[in-house]
Amino acid sequence: MKNEEVRMTTKDIIKPENLVYQKPEIMNDVPMHYCPGCSHGVVHKLVAEVIEEMGMQDKTVGIAPVGCAVFAYNYLDIDWEEAAHGRAPALATAVKRLRPDRLVFTYQGDGDLAAIGTAETVHACNRGESIAIIFINNGIYGMTGGQMAPTTLEGMKTATCPYGRDVKLNGYPLKITNILKELEGTRYITRQSVHTAAAVRKAKKAIRKAFENSMEDKGTSVVEIVSTCASGWKLDPVQANEWMEKNMFPAYPLGDLKNVE
Amino acid sequence: MFTFPLVYSFTYYSFTKIKKIMNEEIKLMKGNEAIAHAAIRCGCDGYFGYPITPQSEVLETLALEKPWETTGMVVLQAESEVAAINMVYGGAGTGKKVMTSSSSPGISLKQEGISYLAGSELPSLIVNIVRGGPGLGTIQPSQADYFQTVKGGGHGDYRLIALAPASVQEMADFVGLGFDLAFKYNNPVMILSDGIIGQMMEKVVLPPFRPRMTEEEITEKCPWAAVGKPAGRKRNVITSLELDASLMEQNNHRFQKKYRLIEENEVRYEEIECEDAEYLLIAFGSSARICQKSVEIARSHGIKLGLLRPITLWPFPSKIINRYADKVKAMLSVELNAGQMVEDVRLAVNGKVKVEHYGRLGGIVFTPDEIVGAVEKMRNEE
Repeated sequence: MKNEEVRMTTKDIIKPENLVYQKPEIMNDVPMHYCPGCSHGVVHKLVAEVIEEMGMQDKTVGIAPVGCAVFAYNYLDIDWEEAAHGRAPALATAVKRLRPDRLVFTYQGDGDLAAIGTAETVHACNRGESIAIIFINNGIYGMTGGQMAPTTLEGMKTATCPYGRDVKLNGYPLKITNILKELEGTRYITRQSVHTAAAVRKAKKAIRKAFENSMEDKGTSVVEIVSTCASGWKLDPVQANEWMEKNMFPAYPLGDLKNVE
Repeated sequence: MFTFPLVYSFTYYSFTKIKKIMNEEIKLMKGNEAIAHAAIRCGCDGYFGYPITPQSEVLETLALEKPWETTGMVVLQAESEVAAINMVYGGAGTGKKVMTSSSSPGISLKQEGISYLAGSELPSLIVNIVRGGPGLGTIQPSQADYFQTVKGGGHGDYRLIALAPASVQEMADFVGLGFDLAFKYNNPVMILSDGIIGQMMEKVVLPPFRPRMTEEEITEKCPWAAVGKPAGRKRNVITSLELDASLMEQNNHRFQKKYRLIEENEVRYEEIECEDAEYLLIAFGSSARICQKSVEIARSHGIKLGLLRPITLWPFPSKIINRYADKVKAMLSVELNAGQMVEDVRLAVNGKVKVEHYGRLGGIVFTPDEIVGAVEKMRNEE
């Protein structure tokens, strides 16, 4: 076979039958501020894909947090409300109650959801608000420069526990989803990750289920994504994935915690 | 066509007023209850609150009335005042007519959310049934939250439109007015009342029923609302965040321009016996009610006393107060606090006449005679 016969031009490659993957249209074509190796970008893409596949762009209201994902509204082409730190579930409660036909989700980090917003999180879940909560747990405050989070592991070093988290001083890593699963208002609580292709597919299915629960008025769904913060952990992206598997997964084991069919 | 036996009354009321009173049902209720009924009647979409004395009747009345079965209004007891004000933020962000109420310690907790509402320019209504402070203080009435209401409270350069009702009737009337102003200017509005007006019972004519806004009206009035992005319009984002300082300065200039417009258009006040007054009381809310009696007593003693009642505390009726400074010998700012509004009166008067303060603190309320005594003392000191 001669070389020139197999060589494809760009024109040949972008033919519809050759297309195996494309950016969801809901993802805006703007540079992201997330660091290399950060899980946020992948999770954003999954949320965008699910909204698009459900055909819900014109019916979705997203609630952005304070933290690294504060600018989520720059990346997904849907209507957003940007909440005060920790208050996203309170905003989502009102939006869903006032507009029950809308898909309402919050997108929150561990500090936002499990420290300053614990009360709003627990009570929204306890009331069984039909909202979906996407919870990024990377055990650190990324936006403010790597301080201790409620989910920081025992012994893990951060800017505010530079000698490692001492449980006598700072308490224990808060397994918030384990608490939320005990609440009667919650329908679906799962812990996922996005560090491998298989994990990404599973996480997407979980987000889809959570969003469908919101639309079917089935109560609160929480999708925790155990995530990397390469910059905060001071590791490169590959090391961060390895470190997460070795250290985060034993403390935050993946899988469904609650799934009421 | 019109037969009206009460000739005596006719001399006091205009024809339209009589007709209005005869056609409408007069009820006897607490100020807090009037707030709740007025909310249902003025097309409010949602109320989010948390119990605190002396305002719990607002939430209680709404729970009893079950407006979700009639007008479709959402009523929710939140887990805290913080959650309640953020529910207001969430609801207002989707173009809905939403409100909350609380009393002083709870209003302190709401300040974060109020600052965000102002920063995101969301129309909303907050009711403060003030009690004595600081701290947990007392459950007795006070006006010590004046500074918090008109000078800020939360962080950043922002203003609340502040309405001060002096009767149960005004408690009812200002709910609709508050929402109208909120949507006119895309700004949070506060009804600054107190434990007296909230708890006392008076006759009240409730406002007529207004339907809740339709989706079409919301789209027209609130094109910025986050309701789900249809094809063909840009996404709507409700946020107060702008990291680019030059753009944040522009946002602030926009707010300030709006505030100047509000100052120009929305000043409200009432003048009682001011025409020939040599001495002028300045008082709002429950204090103004007490001062009305003081004016009567003083006049029976031959003192030409008048009362100017600011209805909007912000924007403050500075211009009219400044005009009276050319006419009267002295002014007395009568407040249930240690002297807060008196600062704004002095700024308005700008040194033209003596301005003094008379107040009682921590939940104690003055009598009309006490105030007359303060006026007489001021006269004697001249």
